[in-house]
Amino acid sequence: MTPADSRAKARLPLARAAFVIARRDFTAILFSKSFLFFLLGPLFFLAIGGIASLLSSQAIRSADNPRLAVAMAPGDSAAFAAAHARLADLVDLPDIETVEPSTADDAGVLLGDSERNFGAVLSGTLAAPRLSGTQDRIERWRGPVALVAAEAGSSGVADYPQVALVPTATSVAQERSANAATATAAVTLLFLLSMLLAGMVMSNLVEEKANKIIEILAAAVPMDAVFFGKLFAMLALSFVGIAVWGGVGGAIALAGNLLEQMPAPAIGWPAFAVLFLVYFAMAYLLIGSIFLAIGSMAPTVRDVQTLSMPATILQLLVFFLASYAMTDPGSPVELFAIVFPLSSPYAMIARAAQEPALWPHALAIVWQIAAVALFVRLGARLFRKRVMKSGPAPATKRRFWQRTTETAAD
Amino acid sequence: MLLHLPGRYLPGMDTALGDPLTASNDTAGARAPAIEARGLVKRFEGTTAVDGIDLAVPQGAIYGILGPNGAGKTTTLRMLLGIIDPDEGVRRVLGHEDPHDIARLIGYLPEERGLYPAMKAVEAIAFMGALRGVPLAEGRRRGRELLEGHGLGHAADKQIRQLSKGMAQTVQLLGTLVHRPRLVVFDEPFSGLDAINQGKLETLIRNLAAEGTTVIFSTHVIAHAERLCEQVAIIAGGKVPYAGSVDAARDRIPAQVRLETRAREGRWRDALPADARREGDYWYFPLPETGIEPLLRALIEGEAGILSLSIERAGLHDAFVDIAGEAAARALAEQSPAEAVQ
Repeated sequence: MTPADSRAKARLPLARAAFVIARRDFTAILFSKSFLFFLLGPLFFLAIGGIASLLSSQAIRSADNPRLAVAMAPGDSAAFAAAHARLADLVDLPDIETVEPSTADDAGVLLGDSERNFGAVLSGTLAAPRLSGTQDRIERWRGPVALVAAEAGSSGVADYPQVALVPTATSVAQERSANAATATAAVTLLFLLSMLLAGMVMSNLVEEKANKIIEILAAAVPMDAVFFGKLFAMLALSFVGIAVWGGVGGAIALAGNLLEQMPAPAIGWPAFAVLFLVYFAMAYLLIGSIFLAIGSMAPTVRDVQTLSMPATILQLLVFFLASYAMTDPGSPVELFAIVFPLSSPYAMIARAAQEPALWPHALAIVWQIAAVALFVRLGARLFRKRVMKSGPAPATKRRFWQRTTETAAD
Repeated sequence: MLLHLPGRYLPGMDTALGDPLTASNDTAGARAPAIEARGLVKRFEGTTAVDGIDLAVPQGAIYGILGPNGAGKTTTLRMLLGIIDPDEGVRRVLGHEDPHDIARLIGYLPEERGLYPAMKAVEAIAFMGALRGVPLAEGRRRGRELLEGHGLGHAADKQIRQLSKGMAQTVQLLGTLVHRPRLVVFDEPFSGLDAINQGKLETLIRNLAAEGTTVIFSTHVIAHAERLCEQVAIIAGGKVPYAGSVDAARDRIPAQVRLETRAREGRWRDALPADARREGDYWYFPLPETGIEPLLRALIEGEAGILSLSIERAGLHDAFVDIAGEAAARALAEQSPAEAVQ
């Protein structure tokens, strides 16, 4: 047997070693409670989102339905109310309530009455109406008030023609709005998934460090294999989660014929779904490699929390950048978001919802693969160097860590 | 005697093993050492944990690395196994400079035991085998066999968290051996074991060596090294002041003569060395370099009336004190006074 033969037989190939690690992690997490929570995670998000939306809409309804206090002379008030009734079906007008004309002398009292919820007070005459209230409110109501006052002050009743309504399936404006909504939803989902998984992969690593298993792994296989195994096991798990939820969501959509009612992204649903998976994988691998490298440096769970904070803030900034960039397609900000590796997947999935061209995605994917290769390589190197570091830290460093973690805990 | 000083080999070692780092790469060679290391240095944040260690472990030997906690034993083993890389120096394990190249031939039991708590015992063994290239199904089969063979067949399908600490340690030990390694490295294998399990482990180590497996273990308990090892490296303060056979280490200290005589005074007293001391009825003094015969003749001719005379060979503990110093010996004893006197 030549030395080369001997070496080939005695060394587990990197891919196989990574597979052994990934298989263990995959099966262990798949049948764990944490994966159940991961699967149920979207339900929590939906429930919280639904409740928040319900509460906020109720709050908006109650807070944002102010009425107009009409404090004109009785004749003017009656004419104003009659004109309001005629125009209410044609124009979006605030509700009105007639009040004593004398109260107009101190509009602040009416506007400060918490039980009556007045947005402005109308006084003066029909020919010279006077509107009191906050600047934005009176700016918004000046047109409708003038319209109603003119209608009330006119000699004859105008004959408003009935406008025939012909609804169309869509319009450019409607599509743009719908695509923007799809982009927002996709970017948010991508962010939440990658955030959740990066956190899970790091917790998994720290748990192994705490269980002292990492040394057994490090002695048996190269640390690169441990790094890749952990990273890709979690990716595979996330695909299981996405498949489950995609399946459930798809079945519901098909059963309820929802897909036809939902606004299709600019590149169409099938391409969008494929790109979502690709960009999700890229986003996760980028942030996952950073989180794993951080996990390798942290001796305890407490240190992980401190160390991962800057990475979490960075991820939030990336999310905000991509969210902002998608409101202005083609702008330098969007270009920057596409080129910057960490925000590129988010910016590109938003673009997929808003722009029909496919070739930018081919370029972006090549660019992101290069970035992933670099990040994973750097992450693996850092991981290899740091994860099995032993020996006491110098006293000054220990004190620094102690202070940092205590401050974080406070 | 092979006396190693940090950073260099003494001539005797070169004669015995050849130049280890230019030797043939043929791991099957009968004379090739299982492990060779020269000038290994490891620093952590400015602290030198290992400072120029040289080692040569013959194949098939039971080799002990003896030293107090913090001496650099674990760091040395980690460097030899490729878990961490040395800052300086070279190593060769079974003929390979990168230990991961022959990871499938090595078994390692770290000092800090670790298993996945939710894993079944047999799965844990199979997983450890898979890490060393054993297919999962084969690993499970061997795992059940090993568990049965060590009286833990009933625990095969129990989760690690359901096992006692001793049982979990045994599972990890079996996982270390499931791939039938040619070199086994144990880091403080006896710590945490009761006397019965320590005895079982000693038997296991002897059996491994009898089958041709090289066994290296670190320990801070001199008795284990003395009972098991043919060769030891004494490590203190990150350096190896001695590496060689246990016999040679003990022979560094002259044997002690214990003499009991009928006569209290006489010409025979001139035959005793100047540093002879009397304790009760006995005289104690180092065996003279000239040997026992001239001494006996002088005692008889001097009419000492010998009642008893015995030669007591120095123990490994005495050798350790002589080599590593009193401070290191005290540190060793303080870590585990109960174990140290076994």
